[in-house]
Amino acid sequence: MNEKLCAAYREEAAELLADLEVTLLELESSGEDAELVARAFRALHTIKGSGAMFGFDAIASFTHELETAFDSVREGRLELTPELIGIALDARDHIQQLLDAAPADAEPLAASGRLILNHLRDRCAPPPGHVPVPASADPAVEASAAATTGEDQSELVTFRIRILPSVSVFLNGTNLILLLRELAELGDLRLVAQTDQIPELADFNPEDCLVHWDAVLTTSASENAIRDIFIFVEDQVELLIQPIETAGALPLGQIMAARGDLNEAPAESGIRRTSDLLGDAIVVAPGKVEADVREQRHVAQQAKKRTPTEAASTLRVPAAKLDSLVNFVGELVTVQARLSGFAAASGNAEIASIAEEIERLSELLRESTMSIRMLPIRETFTRFKRLVRDLATDLHKQVELVTEGNETELDKTVIEQLSDPLLHLVRNAIDHGIESPAERQRRGKPPVGRIQLRASYAGAFVLVSVSDDGAGLNCDAIRARAIDRGLIAADAVLTEQEIYHLTFAPGFSTAAAVTEISGRGVGMDVVQRGLDALRGSVAITSKLGAGTVITLKIPLTLAIIDGLLVEAAGSYYVVPLSNISECIEFVRDPNASRRHSLVNVRGQLVPYVVLRERFALTGQPPPIEQAIIAETNDGRFGFVVDRVIGDHHTVIKKLGTLYRQVDEVSGATIMGDGSVALVLDVEKLAAGVIRESQRPRAFGLELTH
Amino acid sequence: MPKTILTVDDSASMRQMVGFTLRDAGYDVVSAEDGEDALARLRGPIHMVITDLNMPKMDGLELIRRIRAHPAYKYIPLLMLTTETQETKKLAGKAAGATGWIVKPFSAVQLVAVVKKVLG
Repeated sequence: MNEKLCAAYREEAAELLADLEVTLLELESSGEDAELVARAFRALHTIKGSGAMFGFDAIASFTHELETAFDSVREGRLELTPELIGIALDARDHIQQLLDAAPADAEPLAASGRLILNHLRDRCAPPPGHVPVPASADPAVEASAAATTGEDQSELVTFRIRILPSVSVFLNGTNLILLLRELAELGDLRLVAQTDQIPELADFNPEDCLVHWDAVLTTSASENAIRDIFIFVEDQVELLIQPIETAGALPLGQIMAARGDLNEAPAESGIRRTSDLLGDAIVVAPGKVEADVREQRHVAQQAKKRTPTEAASTLRVPAAKLDSLVNFVGELVTVQARLSGFAAASGNAEIASIAEEIERLSELLRESTMSIRMLPIRETFTRFKRLVRDLATDLHKQVELVTEGNETELDKTVIEQLSDPLLHLVRNAIDHGIESPAERQRRGKPPVGRIQLRASYAGAFVLVSVSDDGAGLNCDAIRARAIDRGLIAADAVLTEQEIYHLTFAPGFSTAAAVTEISGRGVGMDVVQRGLDALRGSVAITSKLGAGTVITLKIPLTLAIIDGLLVEAAGSYYVVPLSNISECIEFVRDPNASRRHSLVNVRGQLVPYVVLRERFALTGQPPPIEQAIIAETNDGRFGFVVDRVIGDHHTVIKKLGTLYRQVDEVSGATIMGDGSVALVLDVEKLAAGVIRESQRPRAFGLELTH
Repeated sequence: MPKTILTVDDSASMRQMVGFTLRDAGYDVVSAEDGEDALARLRGPIHMVITDLNMPKMDGLELIRRIRAHPAYKYIPLLMLTTETQETKKLAGKAAGATGWIVKPFSAVQLVAVVKKVLG
């Protein structure tokens, strides 16, 4: 068995395990439900069955016992207690470990597996006819032994098949046409119906099957797969299957002889006396000759093209391939931009129209590539069900998790990076938010707390919120703690939102006691860091005693953005278009302070920064510069550049680890002419400028050169 | 015009599951609780029957025999639901005239695949 098949099993088993977990949790909350038990059973059944097939014997034998228990539950011989569900969840985790385990871990895992099975056996009497699993079996050895016996699936084989149905085959409702169609789905099929047994109409009984078929099939499937098609009629349809050589076309006579339609001797003579061949073959029914001629043609064709003809409605593709596709599309977009620029400059109408066409195509390609990378957020949400259950149990709280907007799609990388921040928020909600059942009842709330995960679209962003109906944030407590830790001055005037954001400071915690789960003060700053990496932002609303809603705003995709290309002192920069509200002309006021200045935008004063100065670029600025006004979390903010060039589709490349500390630049992009443009992080730039301008003057002087 | 399948099972959740799966696959579904109920509902366009074997009143084997004797339905495909262990039942079902079988437990995908195999 090759690696690919094992990987496919691992993938399938992981999905089944995830499903099993959900099912078990649903079973726990909804009580014994036959369909859910059946679902759990089916998942186990498939994990066991395929596990044995792919050489995961340790998994197969372990799962067998759990499957048997659930079979008993299904048959009503065993009651599904919460304890049994608990054991089943442990067992599920054990299967996961077996799935992920290296061969070296086999022994300790086998020990912990036996422990779980002992628990399980305690709960249910050993089923009748049950054969104990030999515990000494080394799964790794068995797996490799099984690995050598598999056949190479990709190899195409051509079979000669004769299908001989019994006369009475119609009597139990069999439709042979459907089976022949199924056969055709296995590969390239040539089929000839042999109708010579059908009598004159007067003698014809329509209830009898008097046809048989000769077929030639080129397929990657095995002989057993062919026989499987006829599994329901194996005692009524005789199948003669033999593999044939497709290296080259055989002479017709030999094919006929091999099929048994012609004796070897006349065939030999037939080959010798070519002109008399048909004369010899005349003794054979015309249908047979027809079938043999087709086989000859088929084989000749197969010898020419040995290409598999398979179609599938969905494909599993390694994520790395998608990533490289995105990279290529990115480069294509870059080259296309270059072509468009050249075409516009050349003034050649023909080139311009070609460039336009390519622009259109690369745009479509870009969109469909990005859509391939979009995944529903469901899986991420579902994973939290288990977390919530386990945490709630550990903390002796009762919590119900509700999800909404499961179908909301996000870029694969965004989803991956979203997991950690969400994890911390959910943990916080259970640990700090939701009160104990007694406390909740005292406050007149239902004893079961409720945490809601919700995702929805908002333009080029997705909003993901975690809300709880717990205690809510205590502004006074946060404030006191912040003053205590020296984060704010004792007399600082802060808005509610600003106070909430104090919780994002590293090491910040108001929890009276550090619990196992949270309260160590790591968490919210992890959320902040995760969001920074995603170029997202966070908003908190909370009501003391009623609960907290934390909303994350995340861009749909990270890989390609629409940006505005600008130039300052000969260097190019890209500003994400989603941030920009307008561009204005900018004339310097010689009296303005160098550090933090304001520009008048239609009566509104907007702080700005000159990129040349911020990035210490030398040279003389043009007399008229331009300012881009962007919407940031700190309000409108201007960036002064030499020149705004225009729209630019940007494929963001990460900067190397060397530049990890540079947070005002979120990435780089390669331009059509090969030069590099930095992608500005507008939020960070604005926040940085504002922060520095607010620092005490003495500190500021240290910074100036 | 969708084909109509009669599903016969004494377990309501099974009927529900089979019915849901088949409707989802584009078939019309008529459900019956046991063999007698099934025979009573056997009229009009029924293109296929899927029946459990162990049922009260009239079991699946008897139902299959009766349908095979029914002039209007003697050639329709009849599937029976069995469990792995019932090899003898499988043979008995074939002898009674069943077209094929589905081994319980089965997935929605498997069910639809087998139905497509015998009904198209």
